Amino acid sequence: MSTTFAQWLTTDRPASRAQARLVRLNLSFRALVANRLALVGLLVVLALVVMALIGPLFVGSPTDQVLADRLLPPSAAHWFGTDELGRDILSRVVHGSQITVRIVLMVSLIVGPVGLTIGIVAGYFGGWVDAVLMRITDIFLSLPRLVLALAFVAALGTGINNAIIAIAITSWPPYARLARAETLSIRNSDFVRMAELQGASTLRVLFNHIAPLCLASVVVRLTFDMSGTILIAAGLGFLGLGAQPPQPEWGLMVAAGRQYVLDQWWVATIPGIAIFIASLGFNLLGDGLRDVFDARSS
Amino acid sequence: MHSPAKRFYTVLRLSMGSAISVALTLVGLIFVTFAVGRLIPIDPVVAVIGEKAPQDVYDKVYKELGLDRPVYEQFFSYVGKVAHGDFGTSAFTGHPVVQDLASVFPATLELATIGILIGVLLGVPLGVIAAANSGRWQDQLVRVLSLTGYSVPVFWLGIVLLLIFYGQLDWVAGPGRIDIAYDGLVEEWSGILTIDALRAGDMDVFYNALSHMILPAMLLGLSSLAYIARMTRSFMLTQLSQEYVTLARAKGAPERTVIWRHALKNARVQIITVCFLSYGFLLEGAVLTETVFSWPGLGLYMTNALFNADLNAVIGGTILIGAVFIILNALADIIYRFADPRTA
Repeated sequence: MSTTFAQWLTTDRPASRAQARLVRLNLSFRALVANRLALVGLLVVLALVVMALIGPLFVGSPTDQVLADRLLPPSAAHWFGTDELGRDILSRVVHGSQITVRIVLMVSLIVGPVGLTIGIVAGYFGGWVDAVLMRITDIFLSLPRLVLALAFVAALGTGINNAIIAIAITSWPPYARLARAETLSIRNSDFVRMAELQGASTLRVLFNHIAPLCLASVVVRLTFDMSGTILIAAGLGFLGLGAQPPQPEWGLMVAAGRQYVLDQWWVATIPGIAIFIASLGFNLLGDGLRDVFDARSS
Repeated sequence: MHSPAKRFYTVLRLSMGSAISVALTLVGLIFVTFAVGRLIPIDPVVAVIGEKAPQDVYDKVYKELGLDRPVYEQFFSYVGKVAHGDFGTSAFTGHPVVQDLASVFPATLELATIGILIGVLLGVPLGVIAAANSGRWQDQLVRVLSLTGYSVPVFWLGIVLLLIFYGQLDWVAGPGRIDIAYDGLVEEWSGILTIDALRAGDMDVFYNALSHMILPAMLLGLSSLAYIARMTRSFMLTQLSQEYVTLARAKGAPERTVIWRHALKNARVQIITVCFLSYGFLLEGAVLTETVFSWPGLGLYMTNALFNADLNAVIGGTILIGAVFIILNALADIIYRFADPRTA
């Protein structure tokens, strides 16, 4: 019985549940990083998270104004230059990553569970419950997201938290559809019947037996949609409806630099590149994850 | 056993079904915007009469606005008003919102239409080429191009394009729809400036309008190109793995014929559907693009309304974009059913 750890991790005869899970995770991970674009995406996302976690320790304050140093071009002292109030753009971009990560996390933590719950309830019960829930989902699905988010922000007021709520209200429907479709395909399986016959409560069947199987596709979709969330949040910030000054939100920074763009290109351009890279990273990662987990699209 | 008449009735029945679903969705849209109006922390009465008005005026306006009636009654009267095209008066411009919307919508329509043309004319061939060369460099290139289109913040790219092509190279005209020197030279007929200029035969105005339009239209085109190319690729991949394609190849049909004649023909219904959906997304994308390019359309109107707390205008714009979006969705659905012979 001399098996190496690598063999143990790739066996097709797992000896335990834990091993089976680890093998599956390992193989998926290998398939993911074998796709070079997905690997780039993974690295970008990791870099973003690391930047948000420890980046602020290495740069100065994002709000310190040195009016004598207004609109300086990129240099050794200010790698990305300074903005119209003499604030260091590098330190604003780094601090801004915290806002971006926070928005993406909060929106995902709201829409994932909400969409999943609505979807499995509709799929499991069927009948009029399904009809009503799916009709509501369809209505939200056929409304334009950004415009609706604008209307909600108009009503709720500006600010990051309201932007998060507005984005979440407009983003849950695809997850409900996804979870419903998955539930429909497994609700008549033997293992679900088995659990029911053993007297498991409806809640237990829904959340212990059905939900875990819908989770993978919901998480993949969440990753893919994170780039859209970043863009909408930045768009709201750009319009002045999301984060408010002096917060170092990237969209807001683009808007502030807009009036200097012809002479001081870096003020508006650099935060925009940050938005682009973050959004591209999530797109590449989501694309790769979908290829690995969803056999239908490959 | 499918006679043309029977097929027609099947499609008619399905269309009726979609009509009902469109109506339900529209009511849903109005309900959501109604709820938005309820959420707002501003007192609607104070918004009309100001904070210093005496109590009896307040009570009178409160009654006039129907705020003393139950919420469901208010909702039904709201639906009735919207159905009659009454979105109230814009607090900012002082005109009825419908009148404002009618005057700004053509500009947005013009931009979105040129955008979708760019998206379709480039996106479909790119998607076909990517599918035909699946896994090779062409495929990777289209993949990267469309992921870039998905990821780039349009408001930022707009600023960069303005910086390069207007600020540095001076190849195109800047923000706005037309230079002041040319403004108002042609008679307004359709509200779509390029068409009006052609109708009047004034080529200077036409070229100037085109020069203003090219950047924002390209920007909108890029985002729809990304989506259309991506979807076309996946539809074509499905077709190219079918047996009739193998048969055509086995019979010695040239690869070009197999791809562009046989496979594309069978994917066209799905591609048309995607183009319709994409047109709806463009109207939405116009909100940010118009702000960057000071394009006097629906998007700019709505952002201005937002900053002036002009809720009637915001809600009117939301309902208009939402309604167009929903109708385009339904049209895509109907075309899909009508053009697909398996439906009947």
